[in-house]
Amino acid sequence: QYLCAKHEERRVRANDREYNEKFQYASNCIMTSKYNIVTFLPVNLFEQFQEVANTYFLFLLILQLIPQISSLSWFTTIVPLALVLSITAVKDATDDYFRHKSDNQVNNRQSQVLIRGSLQNEKWMNVRVGDIIKLENNQFVAADLLLLSSSEPHGLCYIETAELDGESNMKVRQSVSVTSALGDPNNLALFDGEVVCEPPNNKLDRFCGTLYWRDKKYTLTNQNMLLRGCVLRNTEACYGLVIFAGPDTKLMQNSGRTKFKRTSIDRLMNTLVLWIFGFLVCMGVILAVGNAVWEREVGSLFQSYLPWDPPVDNFLFSAFLSFWSYVIILNTVVPISLYVSVEVIRLGHSYFINWDQQMFCSQCNTPAEARTTTLNEELGQVEYIFSDKTGTLTQNIMSFNKCSINGKTYGTDPLDFTPFNPLADPNFCFYDDTLLESVKVGDTHTHKFFRLLSLCHTVMSEEKSEGELFYKAQSPDEGALVTAARNFGFVFRSRTPGTITTTEMGRPVTYTLLAILDFNNIRKRMSVIVRNPEGRICLYCKGADTVLLERLHPCNQELMNITSDHLNEYAADGLRTLALAYRDLSEDEWEAWSESHRCADKAASCREDRLAAAYEQIEQDMMLLGATAIEDKLQEGVPETIAVLSLANIKIWVLTGDKQETAVNIGYSCKMLTDDMTEVFIISGHTVQSVRQELGSVCLSLSLFSLQCPPPSPPPPPSNLMDNISGEFALVINGHSLAHALEADMETEFVSTACACKAVICCRVTPLQKAQVVELIKKHKKAVTLAIGDGANDVSMIKSAHIGVGISGQEGIQAVLASDYSFSQFRFLQRLLLVHGRWSYLRMCRFLCYFFYKNFAFTMVHFWFGFFCGFSAQTVYDQYFITLYNIVYTSLPVLAMGIFDQDVPDQRSLEYPKLYEPGQLNLLFNKREFFICIAQGIYTSVVLFFVPCAVLSNATQSTGVPLADYQTFAVTTATTLVIVVSVQIALDTGFWTVINHVFVWGSLGLYFTIMFALHSQTLFKIFPNQFHFVGSAQSTLLQPVVWLTIALATAICIVPVLAFRFLKVDLKPQLSDTVRHTQLVRQKKRKPVGRSVGGAWRGVGRVSEGRLGTRGSRRSGYAFAHQEGFGELITSGKNMRLSSLALANFASRHSSSWIDTLRRKKHSHAHTPPSASGESSPPLYRLPLLFLAGE
Amino acid sequence: MVKEEQELANRPDNTAFTQQRLPAWQPMLSAGIVIPGFVLIGLAFIGIGVALFVTSRSIQVLEFDYTGVDQNSPCFKCSDPKVLNCVCNLNFSIDSLFKGTVFFYYGLSNYYQNFRKYGVSKDDVQLSGDLTNFKTPSDTCSPYAYDSNNQPIVPCGSIANSMFNDAFKLYQIINGTNTLVPFDGKGIAWWTDYNIKYRNPSITPLKNAFNNTVKPIFWSKPAYELDTSDPANNGFINQNFLVWMRRAALPNFRKLYGRINEGDYAQGLPAGNYSLEIAYNYPVLSFDGRKKVVFSNVSWMGGKNEFLGIAYLVIGSMCVFMSIVMLIVYAKFKFPEEDGVPGH
Repeated sequence: QYLCAKHEERRVRANDREYNEKFQYASNCIMTSKYNIVTFLPVNLFEQFQEVANTYFLFLLILQLIPQISSLSWFTTIVPLALVLSITAVKDATDDYFRHKSDNQVNNRQSQVLIRGSLQNEKWMNVRVGDIIKLENNQFVAADLLLLSSSEPHGLCYIETAELDGESNMKVRQSVSVTSALGDPNNLALFDGEVVCEPPNNKLDRFCGTLYWRDKKYTLTNQNMLLRGCVLRNTEACYGLVIFAGPDTKLMQNSGRTKFKRTSIDRLMNTLVLWIFGFLVCMGVILAVGNAVWEREVGSLFQSYLPWDPPVDNFLFSAFLSFWSYVIILNTVVPISLYVSVEVIRLGHSYFINWDQQMFCSQCNTPAEARTTTLNEELGQVEYIFSDKTGTLTQNIMSFNKCSINGKTYGTDPLDFTPFNPLADPNFCFYDDTLLESVKVGDTHTHKFFRLLSLCHTVMSEEKSEGELFYKAQSPDEGALVTAARNFGFVFRSRTPGTITTTEMGRPVTYTLLAILDFNNIRKRMSVIVRNPEGRICLYCKGADTVLLERLHPCNQELMNITSDHLNEYAADGLRTLALAYRDLSEDEWEAWSESHRCADKAASCREDRLAAAYEQIEQDMMLLGATAIEDKLQEGVPETIAVLSLANIKIWVLTGDKQETAVNIGYSCKMLTDDMTEVFIISGHTVQSVRQELGSVCLSLSLFSLQCPPPSPPPPPSNLMDNISGEFALVINGHSLAHALEADMETEFVSTACACKAVICCRVTPLQKAQVVELIKKHKKAVTLAIGDGANDVSMIKSAHIGVGISGQEGIQAVLASDYSFSQFRFLQRLLLVHGRWSYLRMCRFLCYFFYKNFAFTMVHFWFGFFCGFSAQTVYDQYFITLYNIVYTSLPVLAMGIFDQDVPDQRSLEYPKLYEPGQLNLLFNKREFFICIAQGIYTSVVLFFVPCAVLSNATQSTGVPLADYQTFAVTTATTLVIVVSVQIALDTGFWTVINHVFVWGSLGLYFTIMFALHSQTLFKIFPNQFHFVGSAQSTLLQPVVWLTIALATAICIVPVLAFRFLKVDLKPQLSDTVRHTQLVRQKKRKPVGRSVGGAWRGVGRVSEGRLGTRGSRRSGYAFAHQEGFGELITSGKNMRLSSLALANFASRHSSSWIDTLRRKKHSHAHTPPSASGESSPPLYRLPLLFLAGE
Repeated sequence: MVKEEQELANRPDNTAFTQQRLPAWQPMLSAGIVIPGFVLIGLAFIGIGVALFVTSRSIQVLEFDYTGVDQNSPCFKCSDPKVLNCVCNLNFSIDSLFKGTVFFYYGLSNYYQNFRKYGVSKDDVQLSGDLTNFKTPSDTCSPYAYDSNNQPIVPCGSIANSMFNDAFKLYQIINGTNTLVPFDGKGIAWWTDYNIKYRNPSITPLKNAFNNTVKPIFWSKPAYELDTSDPANNGFINQNFLVWMRRAALPNFRKLYGRINEGDYAQGLPAGNYSLEIAYNYPVLSFDGRKKVVFSNVSWMGGKNEFLGIAYLVIGSMCVFMSIVMLIVYAKFKFPEEDGVPGH
């Protein structure tokens, strides 16, 4: 490592362990665990004391050890501190144990290492840098390897990188040509090449290195690398040279600690704790001043009975000491148990999420999972949801749903294909047997329709055995179309660069593929030109209706109108439509065009434009065949969920990488966009100016409705101005426009505009932009954001949002790994937020309110007592009571409330989404509420001190013994305190389960039991020095006056609270009060539930059931992913496993041109840097790499 | 089959606990409970308040400050700390019979027995009769652990050192002759203090246990000679010592000195003239303290305590008042019980 750092490069020589050991590279043993048995205690303690709270309590402990200051025994602090530390330590230890276990499991995986010419099984941890290891199909890659050779032709091998980057598609890697020839282990054992490369880094898509072998240099790129964490697929075996091992691998370099998220309650809590510290210091100062005055006025005179201690020689020094003494006894206003209790409650809530059956998806057998246990209450405050589209809102399953052939529309009932066609895909379903009939009858148009679908595409097929066909489609839409054709009897079987073989109605047919006029964003269509076995040439074209219908032969007018109606109908159903057309070409036409095409292809400049022009030329006068409609299947319950969430005042933004049409389409089908909307704005400008202009005009339209739109120029408008706009608007913005809108000078305008809209859809956004949008809202709106997604491209967004949710049960796990919560269906989001989030927030707020209250009530009594005991930091209570108050006497009831409380049942919070609003407005726990709690606590403390004080000062027992002794006073106050706070928690608890009963009554019982035990003779006889209170409990609690005092103080504390709460519910009922009240009344009357309830929700249901009315605007989607197709690759034969044919055929003419294309494309929109092509590597082998990199 | 098992493994348990459906009582502050509740509490408090107030009224209390600040005060001559062994007489008369057992208290004001350092300045092990702590008193007793000759002080500490040492004798003046009214000083301390917390060393005579120790600096006689009349009332279980050691919670306090329940005075103090002979030893004026004596009888609820009764009456009335207010509010803004949930 030292050398590496010095030279900024790494040298690895194959099969030479001695040489490599010089550099002391990391071994392949990974260690994600933090501790071992020896280091656990010191390291863990060190980490824990980095927490401010823990250090603070340690500081207190040290203070307590100073006899002059110690107003409390040391154990009052050390017992809770030890408890807190040990709970945390146990948790850390458990976590680390599991890390150890998984480390061991990974480290002990077997791999085959080539040692001295023979393959030996070694554990992963024993693999060294420079070893050559053999991987077999479906094995995990053990370390970052340089691919040397593989069982596949050209040294190709396929890997799945899901664990690394979350992308579930397969990728191809290829070895350098010279090593791919090495082949078998014997040759590899002699391989002594040396790799010089960059030092370990975390860039997954980059590798720079050089292989020196036999006096030659070969450039190495990421295309030659197999990274740890990948899985080898579709490749029998391959050999690789270990370059980076263990912690140096890119996987481990990437597994950095994720950003620790805190909730707003957390931040508020920390602020409040700081304030409380301030308050504590103030109290300390007041009491210290009091002490100074007292010592001067009284204490100095009282010295005959109480001389000052030797170190205390004047009142100022005494006041100084008194300050610290008071800091010690008043420290319970910030109880150490607060943080632990909060964690326990959150953990409980997380378990409830994990346990929720209604968030369990039985199809994919995945329960919901709270991966972060510290964010639960924030789920009750979400205002913005940022959702990915594919895989989140939709299932990413395209189903061929409807079609229109020659003016007739098909698609209603399910069909069984198997008796008709043995090659059918069993998973395919279509709903109209009239179509099948017309295929069987031999309707020309229908046949042409499906023939087009079976020919005009760039799908690759793989036929493992007869009839077992697998299509590898670049986009699921294409796959759906080809599968449809397959099921209707036009089976695409295989292709070569020049041919397409199909089985048409059971008869094999081979077409000569003359040209592929590939798809791109501008053309929005693709065509193939084929020659059928009879020798007729035909152009088949499919594309977006908007572009295709313009290019039809005029005789199609009538059919076009009918088809157009059908297209409108499909679009209204939220389907993705395509129009299909064909054109018969004569031999002459083909020849002429072929020539012009070749010219265009060869052109050095503006090749693409010229090609497009050439394509344009031939795609004319086509005959319309019909249209297809593909359903981008929404996940279950998406529209309902979105409706419920927007009723809960949550704004939903869809951020998708898809193109605008697709995104808008989905927006409609999941009811984010509706036809009732006043206007849907679309921003798609490419320049700063045009974006600004578009944004300005949106603003203008908005202002027509509100007259409040801020001027587009600075100063930036307060964003809440636009919150109350009457109409419903939606905004659709494109990625390239978004890039401008996110710039500093426009972002405020963008935010205010976007937030005024009911729905916002950002399409074609990059992962980085997704995160930027989230950050923007976080920055400008101060609102809680939630991001939900399923893919690797959502990771950045998931990480930057306050709460990240991953859709689990899909293939990629990257999003889930980065997320805080995961479940498998988008619809579970409503339960997560409206039920669990709401409850968590409510419980946490009630918990905090009560917690601060009880500690102020407890602690402030000392403050009042200070004025009567010469500010001497004398505690009011027994020190054992102080130790146990927070951890035993009052902890469990409030924990039970914090974990189990419910104000309204779960189904009600789904029925009344408005119940969610208090969380968003942060009403239940904020600074105001905090001060109310504190005030109540202080009021209680006043009562707790002065009532016993007033009663007991003159009271005597019935035996004449005065009750005003210190111990009686202490016991009376403590008992009153415990009773008052128990009554208060009983009032606060709205949901009394058995557990609450046990805890509340149990705590009271425990208090009396422990007190009697501590005041018993037995304990005193053993430790006469420790238990001064012997007999106090008995003597005090037998006095009726004491009980009258307790009753009086309790009444004075509780009666105003009761009256206030009653009046509040009566005068200003919250929605939750009303719902709860109705619920209870109904329960009492035993009426069937659901008369007037749920109206709001049922409305939603109706919307989803009903079909959308006819729409003016047609949303046609060219059903392709927005990437350019495979056309050129297919014609070049690059991606086919053909031995000689391809090699012979792909002449430099073709290849050079498409390399350029791909390069340009990569420059324009891939984030990966262009792979450097090796100088010495022959072009033959370089080409596939480039194509695959583009993928 | 395997799939089903797997499903069982992943599916969360369907229990009332995990699904948060535990049966629960959901109380609500409805008018039907709160308003009658307030009335009931109010009435109960008023009832108790009246009882307390009446009882308290029936208790007789007689209080005299004898610090001697005022020049006319009989103990003025003793208030000068330089005067030693001063005795003063406090004469008073009782108009009617002081019923029942009369308790005699002494009281101190502006005296901080509740000061933290004062409170810890004792050695519980020593006081429980452990002889090892006779030789080496605990550090907490400092500066009253050892005297100037480094002899251990027993009992050590500020509390013991500052023990109240005025002595009282009550005489009834019948036709010019003083008849001693005996104070019963037994059983004035807590049972647990007398029997458990404080123990003399089990050495007889007690005096021997105190060998090589010195008496507290302010004391005039050693612990084993506190009560010359009753040998059992000496050492750490001397009743007055125990009473003193049970420190007061507040700076103004009184402590029981004795009961008057013997002989002619078993039914109370008859009307007449009395003279209280005070051996004035305890200086309080230096810190502006006050000394007083109190005669009082008790009821079931202890001594006179007007505050409790009045507080109960006030709180009870407030509850009733609040219930009326709430009733009015409730009648005016009736909770929408019949309307179901308002639209939203």
